[in-house]
Amino acid sequence: MNPRIEVVALDCLMLRLFDDIAEANMPWMLAASERLRGVFGAQLIDLVPSYTTLMVHYDLTLLNPNQARELIAEALIDLSPNAQAGGQCHVLPVWYDLSVGPELRVLAERSGLAVEEVIRRHSAREYQVFALGFAPGFAFMGLVEEMLAAPRLNTPRKKVAAGSVGIAERQTAAYPVVSPGGWNLIGRTPAKLFDRHRDGYSLMQPGDTVRFEVVSHAEFIHLGGDDTPLEALA
Amino acid sequence: MSRLTIEASTPLCLLQDAGRFGVRHLGVTQGGAADWRSMSWANWLLGNGLDLPVIEITLGGFAVLAEEDCLLALAGADLGAQIDGQPLAPWRSFTLHKGQTLKFTQPLLGARAYLAAPGGFDAPKVLGSSATVVREELGGLDGMGLPLAKGAMLSYHGETLLVRDMPLAHRPDFRLNAPLDLVLGAQIGQFSGQSLFDVFNSAWTLDSRADRMGIRLLGKPLQYQGQPMISEGIPLGAVQVPPDGQPIVLLNDRQTIGGYPRLGALTPLALARLAQCLPGTRVRLRPVVQDVAHCEHIKYLQRFRNS
Repeated sequence: MNPRIEVVALDCLMLRLFDDIAEANMPWMLAASERLRGVFGAQLIDLVPSYTTLMVHYDLTLLNPNQARELIAEALIDLSPNAQAGGQCHVLPVWYDLSVGPELRVLAERSGLAVEEVIRRHSAREYQVFALGFAPGFAFMGLVEEMLAAPRLNTPRKKVAAGSVGIAERQTAAYPVVSPGGWNLIGRTPAKLFDRHRDGYSLMQPGDTVRFEVVSHAEFIHLGGDDTPLEALA
Repeated sequence: MSRLTIEASTPLCLLQDAGRFGVRHLGVTQGGAADWRSMSWANWLLGNGLDLPVIEITLGGFAVLAEEDCLLALAGADLGAQIDGQPLAPWRSFTLHKGQTLKFTQPLLGARAYLAAPGGFDAPKVLGSSATVVREELGGLDGMGLPLAKGAMLSYHGETLLVRDMPLAHRPDFRLNAPLDLVLGAQIGQFSGQSLFDVFNSAWTLDSRADRMGIRLLGKPLQYQGQPMISEGIPLGAVQVPPDGQPIVLLNDRQTIGGYPRLGALTPLALARLAQCLPGTRVRLRPVVQDVAHCEHIKYLQRFRNS
């Protein structure tokens, strides 16, 4: 770890902790987040974690840039990785099917694996939530195994159904709400990923782990899933 | 309680406040008035807290009918507002009498007008704010992120404690052609020397591809020479440069993280001015360091206290 503090805006500083995406970053990221929230207290407006960085948006009526830098430096003193790293473990039921996950076939062709094997491998791993972004509750997870990695679609879809599970490069994610999107879709989960009435709102938080569980069409529907085929949304 | 019925609206007429804070780590965008300065003055004119819910009217096409006598304030763009056909200039409070209609016709100067009411317009808070973000289905009159629609009722409960006149000297001049201040960011040194010259020494034209997420600037393509970036938090006003070299200024409804290199971020005052520019406007950028920009901003905020 080689922490650096960078200017990003009038009232925002970036704390850069790492240069590469790695699962081993997370205990440090969580520890730094906790410390920053502690030292800034009510002077913090927002803290935006990503894979290797923490963006600190502070209240400019209470702090000037130098004071904010000093607080960040203070938060880093004797920082040690958060022992409780790992957070919650979620199991997301997924109905893997070509009607809701048309790129299952693309991934199978790219990798030379059978569709069933693509499904088995995607659901075999435990993934880490690296960051939330793109949309409320949209969790960037990884890493999927190299064989399943695939670039984003050349032309993003205008509408991706809520619950759609996809792969982009070595990351995987599920869309919380209907939105445009360029990920390779492989299935759909009935899980409610973002809920304004839930404590904490988002099902997943950075540092949590996630496993995808294969469910049948009947189970998917029973769990409240919507099986409207993707083409019907276009 | 005082009420107004919306008689005309567009998808660009939205209930807004200062924005949604404390939830950006969940991927929830900031939202809020695109021109925070005009929103603040609209509230100030009625003695409100500066961040209370207002109506953001972009380009016009909005009309309300007063169901009771309503004391309101208007700030920001001159969108050709009329009360029963009589012109109404911005930067003032006024009474819309029962049965009168306030209508916004077309942009005469600026792009966004802000209408305020005593105590703010009534709206539920969703994740701490009433700001409407259509894409996220958050905020607005019903909390579900819908734009203001014809037939809906606006209401407010506040008492007017203090109606104020705005000092003439404090009225923002939307014609002002001064460059927009840009706080230099960490990747600035990784653009080519020519690009660094071009950024600050040529004019940029506002593209028609502009919304509350961002405004694209057209001009000499800029060249980033650094490594590809890993997605990270994006501040309000960030000026990002995608591979086509045409910068995009990111506004209130931007995504929370992104991976394009950035020149830096416009100051809040520069953003307030940019939010009032129509497509085709030519702007220039001027570099400013964070400390200087901070002091200028604090000085500006004192106007709301000392006026």
